[in-house]
Amino acid sequence: MVGEKRRSWLVTLLLYLTLAIITIATLFPFMWMLVSSIKAEEEIMAYPIIWWPKTPLWHNYKDIWTRINLLQYVENSVILAVVVTFLQVITSSFAAYAFAKLRFRGRNALFLAYFSTIAVPWQAYMVPQFIIMSKYFHLNNTLWSMIFLQAFSAFGVFLMRQFFLGIPDELCEAARIDGLSEYGIWSRIMLPNAKPAIMTLVIFTIITTWNDFLGPYIYLTRDSVKTIQIGLRMFNSQYNTSYGLVMAASTVTLIPLLIVFLAGQKQFVQGVAMTGIKG
Amino acid sequence: MVTASHKKKMDLGKRNTLVALTFILPNFLGFAVFTLVPVLFSFALSFMKWNGSKTPEWAALNNYINLFKNLSRVSDTFGPALRNTLIYTALTVPITMFASLAMALLLNSKIRGRNIFRAISFFPYVASLIAVSTVFKLLFIPGSNGLANGVLNSLFGVTVKWTVQQWGVYFMAVLFSVWKNMGYYMVIYLAGLQGVNTELYESAALDGASNVGRFRYVTLPEIAPANFFVMIMLVVSSFKVYDVFFQLFAGMDNNLSKQTTVLVYEIFSAGLRGSNDFGRASAISMVLFLIVLIVTLIQFRGEKRFTNK
Repeated sequence: MVGEKRRSWLVTLLLYLTLAIITIATLFPFMWMLVSSIKAEEEIMAYPIIWWPKTPLWHNYKDIWTRINLLQYVENSVILAVVVTFLQVITSSFAAYAFAKLRFRGRNALFLAYFSTIAVPWQAYMVPQFIIMSKYFHLNNTLWSMIFLQAFSAFGVFLMRQFFLGIPDELCEAARIDGLSEYGIWSRIMLPNAKPAIMTLVIFTIITTWNDFLGPYIYLTRDSVKTIQIGLRMFNSQYNTSYGLVMAASTVTLIPLLIVFLAGQKQFVQGVAMTGIKG
Repeated sequence: MVTASHKKKMDLGKRNTLVALTFILPNFLGFAVFTLVPVLFSFALSFMKWNGSKTPEWAALNNYINLFKNLSRVSDTFGPALRNTLIYTALTVPITMFASLAMALLLNSKIRGRNIFRAISFFPYVASLIAVSTVFKLLFIPGSNGLANGVLNSLFGVTVKWTVQQWGVYFMAVLFSVWKNMGYYMVIYLAGLQGVNTELYESAALDGASNVGRFRYVTLPEIAPANFFVMIMLVVSSFKVYDVFFQLFAGMDNNLSKQTTVLVYEIFSAGLRGSNDFGRASAISMVLFLIVLIVTLIQFRGEKRFTNK
């Protein structure tokens, strides 16, 4: 902060001490998960705490792939993350372009339809949504149900529209005069200029799709279509006593998240701040 | 000339509408079928009696009346769900706000490795709830083993039935949710803090304001919009809580007891678990929606106030 005198060493020490405590508290559950994943059952439950197992059970990381269909679940989750993210970015940037840069009849009415559903929590219409999806489209127990559920969110349209509004109209006008079609403007001018927003949307969508629980829990009951979170939950209640295995599986599900998070940390934080101090 | 250009403009308008619709349609179709229609459907169903197989019967306000009429019954689960959700919200919102603001203030001061600390405190928010809640469950096992009871036992000679006792349930749920989400709100606070006009601090320093005084009279008023926004978001997300309770407290049977049930679980159990009481599920859904709507309307008013400032 400006206008501040240099901190005394005592204040500095206290500051870093507090930070250290908070950091340890934040990371403690992850550490616990990691160490427990190679511990024997009695070691996990032991008190005083056993900080490192006598003989680390590394084979837990091999066993999880045979005890449950983990590979199948991972595969399903990856498919969902990729397809949902792709559809989300394409369709919402497409719609956002019309809302932000095109003038046409009924624009405000359509936008209002999007806007008014933002206030409705998904949980308040998940039941009729399930009825429609399973009774009329027969899509329950297929990955399609999750794709349709997640790929067309109003959130994506809002995020992209907000960003497109910031791109000057003159750019589009100039392109129109140069003979570019609206689709050309979308693909050659809007998308390249909206890279930060797209990255934010991509990372948000990947993480929410990967972590989604209630949606898959409702729709995906057959083993072959289960996602990683459902598999984990099942593992959790099935092998109530083999915590080591559960912890190993949990760790495995966190690794892709960690990679995506570290790679896109900046965009993610920016995205949160962007949605946070809008207006 | 005039009419020609006028006509051209008309055609252009029509063509524009057509082009615009091709842009909107791919998203709108999915949105309409799987969001807009279900929202309206949910509203309509809350006034009907329907189990999915027979034709729906008009029930007027009966679904709502039943929710509140049965509150005193022993078998009632809506009352406990509403109570648990309210208490969880009342506890989670202020604690998360306090913790995330404190963290943001700490990370807004000049320290080395600020970005690393920021990334670390943000990661619990990104981590999958299913995975990390398992660790919490393990730490708070109600028996004598488990870390929390181990520590309590060796220090005070007591063990707590965490998942059974009502306050233990609230304690676990709130602690977990604060730990998991504070990094997210911290980022919003940090953005707010970075927008504070530094000249205000300078003049406050010239006036001889203490650290506390500066926080009270400069920082707090300046981050009022962020404060407000965080509160609204927290209230809304707390009312929608489900997976925290389901993960921490549902056993092998995947049921939540009266001590641990929440509004969303009641919707789920009435509408999606075979009992097919869609009227009841939709009525609870509308109660949830109404609460969120009221909070959102407050937000709109508040935003107006802040932007008019």
